Amino acid sequence: MMTNRKKIPVRNPVFQTLMLRKKTYLLAIPGAVFALSFAGSATAGDNASIAKRGEYLARASDCAACHTVSGHAQFSGGVPFALPFGTIFSSNITPDRDHGTGRYTEAQFGRAIREGVRADGSPLYPAMPYPSYARMTDADIHALYIYFTTAVTPSSEIPPVNTTAWPLSIRWPLRIWQAFFVPKSDQAKKSTERFPDDAVMARGAYLVEGPGHCGACHTPRAATLQEKSLTAQESPLFLSGGSAVDGWTPTSLRGENRTGLGRWSETDIVSFLRNGRVAHGSVFGGMSGAVGHGTQYLDDSDLHAIARFLKSLPAYDKDQIPWHYDASEAQALRNGDTSAPGARLYVDRCAACHRTDGAAYPTTFPPLAGNPVVMNPAPDSLIQIVLAGSTIPAMRASPSAFVMPGFGKTMTDEQIAEVVSFIRASWGNNTAPVSPTDVARLRKSLSTATPVTPTPLN
Amino acid sequence: MATITRKSVDVVIVGGGWAGSIMAKELTEAGQHVVMLERGGERSTASDGAYPGSLDELEGNFRFKIFQKLSKTTVTVRNNINQTALPYRQLAAFLPGEGVGGAGLHWSGVHLRMAPDDLTLRSTVISKYGKSFIPEGMNLQDYGVTYAELEPYFDKAEKVFGTSGEAYKVQGKIVGNGNAFAPDRSDDFPLPPLKDVTGAHLFRKAAAEAGYHPYSIPAANASRQYTNPYGAQMGPCNFCGYCSGYACYMYSKASPNVNILPALRKNPLFELRSNATVLHVTLDSTKSRATGVIYLDEKGDEIIQPAELVILAAFQFNNVHLMLVSGIGKPYDPVSNTGVVGRNFVYQNISTTTAWLDPSVYTSQFIGTGGGGVAFDDFNSENFDHGPQGFIGGSPVWVNQAGVKAIAAAKAGGPPGTPRWGSAWKSGMIDTYKHAVRMDAHGSNMAYRDVFLDLDPTWKDAFGRPLLRMTFDWKDNDIRMNRYVVSKIANVTKAMGARRTHLGMKEFGQPFDTRFYQTTHLGGGAVMGNDPQTSAINRYLQCWDVSNVFVIGSNAFPQGTGYNPTGMVAALAYWSAHHIRTTYLKNPGPLVPA
Repeated sequence: MMTNRKKIPVRNPVFQTLMLRKKTYLLAIPGAVFALSFAGSATAGDNASIAKRGEYLARASDCAACHTVSGHAQFSGGVPFALPFGTIFSSNITPDRDHGTGRYTEAQFGRAIREGVRADGSPLYPAMPYPSYARMTDADIHALYIYFTTAVTPSSEIPPVNTTAWPLSIRWPLRIWQAFFVPKSDQAKKSTERFPDDAVMARGAYLVEGPGHCGACHTPRAATLQEKSLTAQESPLFLSGGSAVDGWTPTSLRGENRTGLGRWSETDIVSFLRNGRVAHGSVFGGMSGAVGHGTQYLDDSDLHAIARFLKSLPAYDKDQIPWHYDASEAQALRNGDTSAPGARLYVDRCAACHRTDGAAYPTTFPPLAGNPVVMNPAPDSLIQIVLAGSTIPAMRASPSAFVMPGFGKTMTDEQIAEVVSFIRASWGNNTAPVSPTDVARLRKSLSTATPVTPTPLN
Repeated sequence: MATITRKSVDVVIVGGGWAGSIMAKELTEAGQHVVMLERGGERSTASDGAYPGSLDELEGNFRFKIFQKLSKTTVTVRNNINQTALPYRQLAAFLPGEGVGGAGLHWSGVHLRMAPDDLTLRSTVISKYGKSFIPEGMNLQDYGVTYAELEPYFDKAEKVFGTSGEAYKVQGKIVGNGNAFAPDRSDDFPLPPLKDVTGAHLFRKAAAEAGYHPYSIPAANASRQYTNPYGAQMGPCNFCGYCSGYACYMYSKASPNVNILPALRKNPLFELRSNATVLHVTLDSTKSRATGVIYLDEKGDEIIQPAELVILAAFQFNNVHLMLVSGIGKPYDPVSNTGVVGRNFVYQNISTTTAWLDPSVYTSQFIGTGGGGVAFDDFNSENFDHGPQGFIGGSPVWVNQAGVKAIAAAKAGGPPGTPRWGSAWKSGMIDTYKHAVRMDAHGSNMAYRDVFLDLDPTWKDAFGRPLLRMTFDWKDNDIRMNRYVVSKIANVTKAMGARRTHLGMKEFGQPFDTRFYQTTHLGGGAVMGNDPQTSAINRYLQCWDVSNVFVIGSNAFPQGTGYNPTGMVAALAYWSAHHIRTTYLKNPGPLVPA
C-alpha cells in the first residue's frame, strides 16, 4: 500500500521535549486559532504568534507522524514506507538550506503541501496526503510556512536513500496519477466549504477532510491507490473504513452501529482524541501516533468540531443489526463452563483484564464486548494485538500508559485463531470466526515489521 | 573515574520511592527544579510486571529480583552491645528495595493511618498510667505532631494511592462498618473495600462473635479501576496474589511508578537519575548547611550535585546511614545516652497463628491481595486498658491473605510436628494450603536505650563507607504484649470452629534471628520530635542541626507501631512538603527554633 506507514514510537526523547515545549505555547493560544483573516505585513511579534498557529496546524496535520523519527532531529525525515517495490523514506522538512526545505519560497512550500510538487518540479509520492492538504487555506499554509522557517531547528540529517528499483524509481509517471486523482487546490477548498451557516460543522469538515487527513487511513482506496472519496459529500465511502495499514485495519468513522461510531457520542470522540481512551475502547496501531503527536494538542472547540462532523456521517453499511449485549457467554464462564472453543484460553489469558463478561475495566483496559475493532469484518487488528501486544500510550491529560503483552511467543496460530474467534463471537459480537491461516499471515508480516517501541515507565 | 560537578538545582532528593516521589511532586508543583537520585535502575510494570512472566515466585520471592543487592552494601547485625556484628549477607528478616519505586514497588499495599494515641504515646501512657509505668531503659516518646494535624495528609495520600476501604466515621458521623477504633476522617476512602477471601470472611464473623470489632483492612490495592488526582490510572485487583515482591501486572497495587511518576516524568522541572548511588551529603565549613550531595553514576564517575535543599528519602536505615556518614546531627551513644542519630531504632513484632478448618471449607490460600483482609483493633494502640497487663504497645490482629504461592506453601508444610518430607509432609501441606487460615498479630515494638544504629567499626561497603550496624533484640515488654494479644486469638479460632489451632507466640529469651522473614517495617534511628536532645529532626522532619536537610521516612517514628508504616510515611511526606512549600521556601531556615 502506498500509505503503508511505519508506526512512530510515541515515547521518544525528541518528541517528548517537543511536547513539553508545545504545552506552554498552546496554553497561550486562545480558542480561535485559525482566524482566517491574515494581514500580509507581519512584524516580528506577529510572526511569533503566526508560528504558534503554524505549530498547532502541524499538530492538526500530524506532520511528525511521517517526518520525525525517534532519536533524530524533529522533522528531519527518514521514516520508512515499506512498499511492495522497495522502501521510500520521508524527507527532511526542517529549514536547513541544503538538506531540508530552507530554500523553499512560501509558494513552493504551499505547492508541495497542497499539490504534491517539490521545488524542483518533481512529484511527491502520495504517501504525503496532499489530496487532503489541498483543502488548506492560504492563511494556514502561511502559518505553517512561518512555523517551519522560523521556529523549527534546521537539521542537516540526510534520510536514507529510497530503495525502489528502476523503473519504479522514476517519478514522472506520478504526474499522470496526480492529474487524475489530485484535486486542484481551489476546487478542493471549495468542495470542503459546505457549511456557510454552521461554523462548527464548517470547521469540522475542514479539519477532517483537510489538515487532519483522516481519510488517508480510514477511507478505502481503489486499485489505483487513490482514496475512493476525498470528502463526505462526494461519496458515502468517505471514512467508511480503510484498507490495512501496516497490518492494522482502520475502522469506519461513520455511523455504523457495530463497526463504526454509531454508538459513540460527540463527547466520546472528543475524549478519545484527547486521552486516547474512552469507555468504548482505546487507541492502538497507527492511531496511537495520530492522537499522541496530533489530536491531543487540539483545543476543545476543534475536537468538538471534528466529533460533530463525524457524527453527521450516516452509516455506509446500512444493514447492520444493532449490537446488543448478550449475557449468555459470561453466564457460562461464571458457571465454570469453558466448553466453547477458545473459552478456556480466554479465561486463562485474557479475562483478568478484559473480564469474563468482555466489559473489561475502561478506561484502564478496553472492552471487547461491542468494540467496533472486534466486529470489523477484517480481523487483522485484533489478531495483531493478540500476537504482538499493544500499548495505550501516555497522553498529556492521561499520563498513564498501559501495556498488553503479546501472546505470539506463547500461543500457536490455532490457539490464537480460537481465542480471537471466541472474542468475535461472544457477548453479542456475533462476528465471523478467523482461521489459523489468518494468524499465520499476520505473524509473518509481524516478523518483518515489528516496531521498536520504548517501554512505558509506569 | 572522573569527578564532575553538575549544575546546581533547587532540590536534590535521595531515593526514588514513595517519600522521594511525593516530595518531588509537591516541590515541582511549588516551582522548584528537582533532581531525584535513585541508586537502582528504572523499573516499570511493562518490564518488571510483564504478564505472565512476572508471576514467577522463584524469581520474585526467592531470588529477590526487585530487592536490594547486598553485594554492594548492607548492614551488620548483632543482638547486644557485647557482641561483634556480622554483615547481613542474605535477604531474609527484612527486605529493602532497590530501583525506581523503591520498597514502594514491592510492598503489599496495607495502607493505614497512624492511631492518634500512638502519635502521643508517651503523654498518653503517662496520663493514663503514670510515669512509673514506663519500664527502665525504654525511650518512650511523642512524635510532636497530632492526628488532627496530619489528617489532611492521610486523606491526600489515600486519594493518590487509590486506597480501598470502608470508613467508620467521616466528619463526626458514623457512615459505615469500618474500624470502630479509627479516628474521624475528613472524607471516605476513594474506593470501596476489597472483597473478603473465604478465610477473611470467616474471621470477620468469628471475631464479631468473640466480641471484637472486625473491619476491612484499608488497602492500596484498587478494588476498581481508578484515576487519582494526578491523572494516573490503576486497574482493579484480581486477587492473583503477586503483590509483595512484584510489580503488579494489573496496575492495581499503588506504587510511585504507577501513581506519581507518570505525572512527574512529563514535568520539565523534574529529573530522575537512576543508577545514582549517593555517597554522602556535602556540608559547608560551618557544618550547619548542606551544599548538595556526592553520588556515583553508573559509569562510576563521582558527581557533585549542588542544591539549595537536600531531601533524604531513602529507606529508613539508609537515611540514618547517610546522616552518620555525612556528619549531620550528633551520633547516638548508648553508654552516655547522648546524641540522636541512631537512637530509638525500632522494628515490628509479628507472629502468625494458624487455624485448620473443616475439610469442607476451602480457604484456597493461593488467592489473595497484598493489602486486603479483615482485622480487629481491640488490642492495638490504647484501645484497651494496659494497666493490669503491665506492658506498653499493642497489635492489630488480622487475616491478610496476600496469596501464598506454591514454594512458600511447600516450605511452610503442615501443622507443627508434621514431618518435613514424605507423604505425611505432602498431605499436611495440602491440608494447610487448602483449609487453613493464617492470622497475624502485627505488633508494636518499643524503643530502648540499648537498641540502636551506629557505624560499624570493622565492615565497609563497596564504596569504602563503614556499614551501618544494627544492635537489636526483643525485650520482655514486647514479648508480653505479643503473648497477651495472641492469647485472645484463641477466642476467634474457637468461634471459627477450627479443628486445630496453632497459636504463634513470641517466646521469652528467643533472640532476634535474621534468618526468618518478619517484616520490612523498620523504623526510627532519626526520629522526629520537639526536643533536640531526643530527636534528630523536628516535627516538620527538618534536621535540627542542618536546616536545609529534611529526612523523610519511617526513620522518623520514635517507636514501632502495630500498623504498617507506608500510610504514615506518605502522610509525613505531604505534611513536611506542605510546610516547606508554605513556610520554608519563603524564608529558608529552621522551622522550629532549636
